[in-house]
Amino acid sequence: MLKLEAVDVAYGHIKALVGVSLEVREGELVALLGANGAGKSTALMTISGIVRPREGTVVYNGTDLAKANPFDIVGLGVIQCPEGRRIFGGLTVLENLRMGAVRRADSSGVRRDLDSVFSLFPVLGQRRHQTGATLSGGEQQMLAIARALMGAPSLLLLDEPSLGLAPIVVQAIFRVIRELHRRGVTILLVEQNVRQALAVADRGYVLAAGRVILAGSGGELRSDPELEQAYLSTAPEAGR
Amino acid sequence: MQPESPRGGSPSLPSRLAGPAVSLALLAIILAIASFFAGDYLQRILIIIGINTILVVSLNLSNGFTGVFSLGHVGFMAIGAYTAAVLTLPVSLKVVNLPSLPHWLQQLALPFLPATLIAGLLAMLVAFLVGLSLMRLKGAYISVATLGFLVIVQVILVNWDQVTRGARTFAGVPPHSTLWNVWIWAVVAVYIVWRLGASAFGRDMRAARDNEVAALSLGISVLRSRLLAFCLSAFLTGVAGSLWAHFITSFSPKSFYFTQAFNIITMLVIGGLGSVSGSVIGVFFITVLSELLRNAERGFDLGVFRLPPIYGASQILMAVLFVLVIVFRPAGLLGGREIDVRAILRRLGAPRRGKGAA
Amino acid sequence: MSALELLLQQLINAVSIGSLYALMAIGLAMVFGILRLINFAHGDLIMVGSYVALLLQVLGLPFPVAAVAGVAASTLAGLAMERVAYRPLRGAHEIAMLLTSFSVTIFLENLAIILFRPTSRPFPAPAVLRSVITMGQLRVAGLDLIAIAVTAVLLAALTLFVRRTNIGIAMRAASQDLLAARLMGINVNRVIATAFAIGSFLAGVVGLLWSARVGKVDPLMGFNPVLKAFVASVIGGLGSLPGAVLGAYVLGGLEILLQGLLPSGLTPYRDALVFAILIALLLLRPNGILGSTEKEKI
Repeated sequence: MLKLEAVDVAYGHIKALVGVSLEVREGELVALLGANGAGKSTALMTISGIVRPREGTVVYNGTDLAKANPFDIVGLGVIQCPEGRRIFGGLTVLENLRMGAVRRADSSGVRRDLDSVFSLFPVLGQRRHQTGATLSGGEQQMLAIARALMGAPSLLLLDEPSLGLAPIVVQAIFRVIRELHRRGVTILLVEQNVRQALAVADRGYVLAAGRVILAGSGGELRSDPELEQAYLSTAPEAGR
Repeated sequence: MQPESPRGGSPSLPSRLAGPAVSLALLAIILAIASFFAGDYLQRILIIIGINTILVVSLNLSNGFTGVFSLGHVGFMAIGAYTAAVLTLPVSLKVVNLPSLPHWLQQLALPFLPATLIAGLLAMLVAFLVGLSLMRLKGAYISVATLGFLVIVQVILVNWDQVTRGARTFAGVPPHSTLWNVWIWAVVAVYIVWRLGASAFGRDMRAARDNEVAALSLGISVLRSRLLAFCLSAFLTGVAGSLWAHFITSFSPKSFYFTQAFNIITMLVIGGLGSVSGSVIGVFFITVLSELLRNAERGFDLGVFRLPPIYGASQILMAVLFVLVIVFRPAGLLGGREIDVRAILRRLGAPRRGKGAA
Repeated sequence: MSALELLLQQLINAVSIGSLYALMAIGLAMVFGILRLINFAHGDLIMVGSYVALLLQVLGLPFPVAAVAGVAASTLAGLAMERVAYRPLRGAHEIAMLLTSFSVTIFLENLAIILFRPTSRPFPAPAVLRSVITMGQLRVAGLDLIAIAVTAVLLAALTLFVRRTNIGIAMRAASQDLLAARLMGINVNRVIATAFAIGSFLAGVVGLLWSARVGKVDPLMGFNPVLKAFVASVIGGLGSLPGAVLGAYVLGGLEILLQGLLPSGLTPYRDALVFAILIALLLLRPNGILGSTEKEKI
């Protein structure tokens, strides 16, 4: 479904991604792991078209995303739930969700998805007329995921959904992620919480200093001793 | 600002002076030639360039170095111009043109230098009082507040009849500004800003400009460095105002408003914010260009047909040029760096020795 | 005139002028909210609309036609401005955009000077806009009442627009978090163009009312209004639409108050005082009255 090949991304002189290749097949939940600054968010921003790669290809179901703009990429069904949630604080929960669906033309489908989202996140239904800024951190994260779901994504990109949340809230979020995976939504999950991420993922990649240094199934990675190395050291050729 | 030599440690004194020495020598030669051989018109252009240099370099001190983007600096120029003019105006003219002036002021007629210094100091004082409040604001708010300052100055100039003659022309200012004294002040101004920029204080200012929070955590007093730069730059701008007043010998509040402010900012941006040598180049380029355009405005013969007078065309072209620079080369002609005279000399002087000479 | 009548008269004055400032300030606030651009050339949109309306009347067309054309001209000019001058600068530094807006102002003003001569020309306004209604000792200008009414209608329409329509909500979203808006698939280009279109439309309306009020048009007529509109925006908190409206009425009230309170010798200094008060206000509330009072969290 999604295939990155030898992608290079740089901010001026700073190399963010170097020769990154990864793949997400339909229905999979793929985890993208790595320490802070390894390039995970950059990878998502590249897929979403906010950042352009200098080299390499980003192909989604045959379409070259590297040449597309974010507006069209969302139209293809690739929707990101960005790092830090980034909900619209001055807008109500309902308005946020409405914005998630802004690209869609089928109003009945949108209504159905709204109901579905409220059943997945009951607390959002209760607070539907409250502004985003008044929600707690966990509720905002749920709103962010719900907002992305309102776009009827065929590929959902989640950037650090557990960041800054209390453990009990993190568990709730991952329950939702597991449920989405069960429903067949294809997910690319960026996370620093390795344990939780590998518990739900089918496969995973590990980034360090912009390069993919490990790849494998969830089980393989969990038992790989080099995984810990990847997080502690910043050398690109960690272990081997 | 001369870079350190690759071996570390400061370069020796003679090589450090190379840049300034060469520039000063060139300048003195140009001025000498001009004062003896050049006609009136050319001398006037050189004086304008000199005054603009002071204006732009001092604006760079505030805008380029500290990031406080003052849009109303022309207000200080106005304060300097009017103050100095009122002080140097001969008593006989004062009695006629400014009859309601307080007696002690009316009987006073100062020579050029003291009047200019007082003008600069008064501008600096106003900058201090205004700056105490303005320096706390951020980003766009500071710029708007300085614009407010400009409007306040304009309103006061237009209405304080007794001292400024209101909206009427203030004429009869003795023509004290000459090629030499204007350029001596220009050299002084460039020197001050250059040295300040290269000093530890300059480093602090730029740190505060680039990242206020980080600078604060390093113990750099952002407020104090901004205020100091603002006041100093106001002093120099006030001096430039006095030089301008004694060059053009008659002016009105309209000479110190929006259009003038934009012209100075254009020169600053084209030369590059934060670069002193860039400022000078920007001044040269724009002054010469606007003179050419102004002449063209009066219409000229192209042989086959005659181009009619289009007043205001020069401003339009400047505006377009400005936008082009901002879009395509936002760091200015020199990209915020200084001209490295030593590097140029090196390249000119030692082609056979190859690399590793310095 | 009794004290009550005087108060009422001044109140109507203040609300009338506040209304004009409000329509202007909204245009500025909309664009600033999304792009962080202070569009000084917004003032010249007043000028463009007024001159078009003037020209068409000189050519013999009736006022209503000229008025519609004037407002349309302002709207188109605003859209052109966005496309030509500001779109290439997306993402540039705040100051670069501010200076570019200055250049656009200089460009438009000098263009007008070239086309129409720098002197002012009288603006023919229909009788209803020049009427004076007398109620007892009270003399109220028809123009004031119309300005207030028109503003009320437009503000109501605008509120519905930003609350109910997708693109209106998208505009609010974009001004809160532009990146998130893009990630949601919001067509940012269209949102920005809409913001400019609405703001320019309002400027066109202000142009007609302002020209009728002052009785003339000149190439530099936009400078003062945009400065005032900007002050209004800042008072209310830059980028906030309700703040812009609030700030505008506060400014209008302040101007009328100072006009009334200042001894006659000092009235010419009114504008200077208004700015001084603005600066003082910014010191107390650096983000405006409705802006956040939070210090930057580190």
